[in-house]
Amino acid sequence: MTVTEAAPRQIQLTEDGQLKHFLTLDGLGQPLLTEILDTAESFIEVGARSIKKVPLLRGRTVVNLFFESSTRTRSTFELAAKRLSADVLNLDINTSATSKGESLSDTLLNLEAMASDMFVIRHSQSGAQHFIAAAVTPGVAIINAGDGRHAHPTQAMLDMLTIRQHKGRFEGLRVAIVGDVLHSRVARSQIRALNTLGAEEIRVIAPATLLPKDVEALGCKVFYNLQQGLRDVDVIIMLRLQRERMEGALLPSEKEFYKLYGLSVEKLAYAKPDAIVMHPGPINRGVEIESAVADGPQSVILNQVTNGIAVRMAVMSMAMSGQVAERAAGGQS
Amino acid sequence: MSQQTSIKIVNGELLDPAGQLTGVQTLLLRDGIIAAVGADADAAPADQILDAAGRLVTPGFIDLSCNLREPGNGQKGSIATETRAAARGGFTTVCAAPDTAPVNDSGAVTSLILDIAAQQSPVRVLPLGAATRGLEGELLSDMAGLVAAGCVALSNGQSAMRNARILRRCMAYAKTFDITLILQPENAALAADGFAHDGLVAARLGLLGIPEVAETTAVMEMLLLAEETGVRLHLAQLSSARSVDMVAAARQRGVAVTADVAMHQLVFTEDALAGFDSAFHVRPPLRTENDRQRLLAGVTDGTIDAIVSQHQPHDPAAKHAPLGATAAGMATLEVLLAMGLRLVQADELSRASLLRALTQGPAQVLGLAAGRLAPGAPADLCVLDAEQRWRADADTLVSAGANNPWHGRELQGRVVTTLVGGQLAYQV
Repeated sequence: MTVTEAAPRQIQLTEDGQLKHFLTLDGLGQPLLTEILDTAESFIEVGARSIKKVPLLRGRTVVNLFFESSTRTRSTFELAAKRLSADVLNLDINTSATSKGESLSDTLLNLEAMASDMFVIRHSQSGAQHFIAAAVTPGVAIINAGDGRHAHPTQAMLDMLTIRQHKGRFEGLRVAIVGDVLHSRVARSQIRALNTLGAEEIRVIAPATLLPKDVEALGCKVFYNLQQGLRDVDVIIMLRLQRERMEGALLPSEKEFYKLYGLSVEKLAYAKPDAIVMHPGPINRGVEIESAVADGPQSVILNQVTNGIAVRMAVMSMAMSGQVAERAAGGQS
Repeated sequence: MSQQTSIKIVNGELLDPAGQLTGVQTLLLRDGIIAAVGADADAAPADQILDAAGRLVTPGFIDLSCNLREPGNGQKGSIATETRAAARGGFTTVCAAPDTAPVNDSGAVTSLILDIAAQQSPVRVLPLGAATRGLEGELLSDMAGLVAAGCVALSNGQSAMRNARILRRCMAYAKTFDITLILQPENAALAADGFAHDGLVAARLGLLGIPEVAETTAVMEMLLLAEETGVRLHLAQLSSARSVDMVAAARQRGVAVTADVAMHQLVFTEDALAGFDSAFHVRPPLRTENDRQRLLAGVTDGTIDAIVSQHQPHDPAAKHAPLGATAAGMATLEVLLAMGLRLVQADELSRASLLRALTQGPAQVLGLAAGRLAPGAPADLCVLDAEQRWRADADTLVSAGANNPWHGRELQGRVVTTLVGGQLAYQV
């Protein structure tokens, strides 16, 4: 029995299934993910022009609200918004000052008073953007730039775009995700995206201390051994390892981790010869990955960065048009 | 309170957990006790007649775990508001958890609670004293003094003991004075910063998990130490199937242990957190369907003696934040009966088991005379309408905490009258 599983996450879609917030890949079907990839593909061309702007968000105000510091993600969101001709405000908010939820709602009320159209938010609490999307004034779009360990959907979609560019498809692909899955919002979103897009097999490779309980239920296979896990894979995604993992007794040392789970040229040979190597960055050379692999011919790490801007342009423009469509529909009824 | 008036309850269907009194019979309440039943009651005169036609008459509910928030947390509730809520929920006795500010670790705080309750509470309030000073898990509280001041048992509230040595000494000292220890089993190191069951939903949503073993290792430790010290142990708010199995096994080998479960653990699972809804942030966390089934079976087979509210009213701000930053707990006193009746309606729990776990079961844990319908028993009664539909909202609920997941929704089954010591404590 139990109660209502109250409206499972339709919070990010309009009545007719358009994106109006972008919080998680859960609940988004293959057609919508493919639409995001196709739209992003069309924006890649914009980045190649000498005048890199389209007027889709002209006159709109986008606020980058980062409760956790980030240079790269924030910059690509900023560039994406500017290429869509939006006005952009960057706010880095010290988490320690706002660790209480009350101040989060208060912060938001203040910002809304500035008549913003979109918030791009990163927060250390899983689900913070859901909370904000439920509380925000109708018409304002929320884009998740990473929440706790939960989701980083734009990162996952730029990874999917990179895979599609190099492999042309998802069907039949074997993908290995290596490293700290437990703390990784990126991995959770990637696993969801790959399952939705039809990858044949998703493997997670890590020691048990860096895997969530019941991780197989997310739709992946667990390997404790890197060599075995890499056998015959088409795509290798390395995850970033934070230094503080040693302190929490999750790992003995960086050295041992690198020895067992670091991607070296020698271990890369276990994968398919044409396997691509990805990393969400920033890279810890010599901890997760050998420099020769990161800079080698199979690495597509810099393509990921380029694709990041295009994917972010895609979800920002799609969410804004979803909000506009919903407002128009609301006005008619 | 004057006990002069007598009340006769007529036409109601009696439901006695001991099964002695059943069917439509008259009850006569006089001098604070059930004075007569059936033909004797029919024949006797009474000052007041209460017609309970079409309704059930049960012993008043007894709650072993309830946070009244006073002293010290006025923004979340008070003895006045939360005991009114208790009366509306059919409770005639509530145990006040020691997690107040200051903590109820001295006779002075116990007396304060009892004084306020005497003036403001329509129901009986039984304070639980803190087993350690400040609930810090380090130094023993003045246990005998707390009991002398009116505490019915000692508890660790929602806090863990610092280590097994302190726990063992706590038990040995409590045993010396024949005091019941009510302990919520949680291994603090394993629970760490978690706030959701470490399972599928936490894995998917990236929530910090409290593993099931945070509870089961604590249960095992407490059972072994209770067995050795001989203390009377009551395990509070079990959440896992294996805990129930361990309690059943310990009982079988003669350990003096009883147990309870919070009503929300019987109704919800980890799935309730799928939308990051802070209403379902409780501690211990909601676990799996398998756990829920075993907890229900535990109530049915008697391994679990009592269902508690674990009532925790909160101010709106405490629940209005990203899930991990919210306070744990639900305010359930007023909706608990309706939650239980849903289980009965879904054939997950029998009406008799539900009733026993709300009355006779908790009464026996604390050795109270209440919790039964019999001549000579306290006239603590609840008259309820199992069919009545009502909406849980600001118009019908009086708890200072609106943090229950039924807010704004329709429920079935409602308490219409609560009597404490033969006096009206609540009437719809």
